[in-house]
Amino acid sequence: MANQQKETTVIVGGGHAAGALLTTLLQKKYQHEVVLVGEEPHPPYQRPPLSKNYLAGEVDQESLYLKPRSVYENAGHQLRLGVRAEQIDRDNKTISLSDQSTLKYDRLVLATGSHVRRLNAPGADLKGIHYLHDIADSDALREQLVPGKRLVIVGGGYIGLEVAASATKKSVDVTVLEAAERLMQRVTGPEMSEFFYTKHSNAGVDLRLNTAVTGFEASDQGHVAGVTLASGGTVPADIVLVSVGVVPETALAEAAGLPCDDGIIVDEFTRTEDPAILAIGDCTRHRNLFFEKMQRLESVANAVDQARTVAATLMGEKKPYNSAPWFWSNQYDVRLQMVGLSQYHDQRVLRGSPEDKGFAVFYLRDGCVIAVDAVNLPIAFMVGKTLVQQRRQVNPEMLKDPDIELKSLVSGQSIN
Amino acid sequence: MGKITFIEHDQTEHVAEFKAGSSVMQIAVDNLIPGIDGDCGGECACGTCHVIVSDDWFRKTGTPGGEEEQMLSMTPERASTSRLGCQVVITDEMDGMTVHLPEFQM
Repeated sequence: MANQQKETTVIVGGGHAAGALLTTLLQKKYQHEVVLVGEEPHPPYQRPPLSKNYLAGEVDQESLYLKPRSVYENAGHQLRLGVRAEQIDRDNKTISLSDQSTLKYDRLVLATGSHVRRLNAPGADLKGIHYLHDIADSDALREQLVPGKRLVIVGGGYIGLEVAASATKKSVDVTVLEAAERLMQRVTGPEMSEFFYTKHSNAGVDLRLNTAVTGFEASDQGHVAGVTLASGGTVPADIVLVSVGVVPETALAEAAGLPCDDGIIVDEFTRTEDPAILAIGDCTRHRNLFFEKMQRLESVANAVDQARTVAATLMGEKKPYNSAPWFWSNQYDVRLQMVGLSQYHDQRVLRGSPEDKGFAVFYLRDGCVIAVDAVNLPIAFMVGKTLVQQRRQVNPEMLKDPDIELKSLVSGQSIN
Repeated sequence: MGKITFIEHDQTEHVAEFKAGSSVMQIAVDNLIPGIDGDCGGECACGTCHVIVSDDWFRKTGTPGGEEEQMLSMTPERASTSRLGCQVVITDEMDGMTVHLPEFQM
């Protein structure tokens, strides 16, 4: 390495994937110049607490940072924060920034993440309508969470429900409107949806399923005052949170002519079709050897795992992305841990019951465990990680039998 | 303020300074100690911050909670003084503590 000329690696994006990449490069003693360009004023930080304990005001901003900014800078990495990458010139290998400067890159890693999906409905621009994606959003929403206020959440997915739990803790009056017939439909099975429905109902949240939103009503002051429903009628609101998913941030890549399809297309080494450009995290539709088809994943685990893959690729190692995705969510006293993608299952097996302190749902396809959702039962998640990663065939009766220790299902067997 | 020593599986030692109130995982992450990932940011959700506390110090850190115990029970490198680093909140009394890192995180 000493005889080689130093190259410059530019990372666009300052989220979890970018942060994990900086860390991995430092730990692996990457010899080249590294510059991170991030639109937010913060060094890479944890987003999950933005809907949970950070929103509830239980932890401070500094504690969100993956590391203090000085750690990266003392190690020689350059952080250009509060600056947006505007255009990639692939022929000249440069990238122009919003502060009118231009950066030269030898290799470019796109970690542009995602942005919230906005509702395009009458009144959607009214004051008092919030989205939740970054620290500033969470700060703005927290200020409004005052006891007795009426918060209407559009969307009953992870973010909407986590906010419902955090807001309820602050004695806010919460209503959740979900267009689908059950909560978290995109990511979990009916047993879990039912369990979370009960949990939120018991906490006093007004949950309305099969409820599509058509627009927003304004007060005389031009502030949101209600949410109008497709079924007719209006739900009065002082604050609205729209949490209806995210869209991968691919504009920069698309403008540069890189193939995108609801995500920047990358292979199992996180390479785009341009040998100088790689992409990681929420913004990618990627090949993961664990799956049969291209996937796009919105998760910390994917961001971190792809960051490790791209670090290996940058350093000339061949380490394909090959891990089972996993997720978690905290709501009230419930810790939900999930591994695998459950939507492709043909059989569900319940271990324990939702009335127990902890229980789990195993999702099988062709007799193999492809996903596990565990509620306050980390052992099911940990065993599930192994079963899913190894595509283990397991007798469903054993999964549900409380007399059989879950651990015994993974010990002492060889991997096939 | 105090110091904690992390010893990697290959016996490489790292001494890190701490402020009370931080977790063992966060101290390791802030100091780029290899072998502790802390992917979930300290929510006891991922099991990637396994440390093995030196016997003499285990009394100070205390034993794992029920859910932490379940997370730890799956690591083949489980020791009697294993903890998840994110669940050990540092106090001034832990100045001088030594923790060992496993060869692999889960």
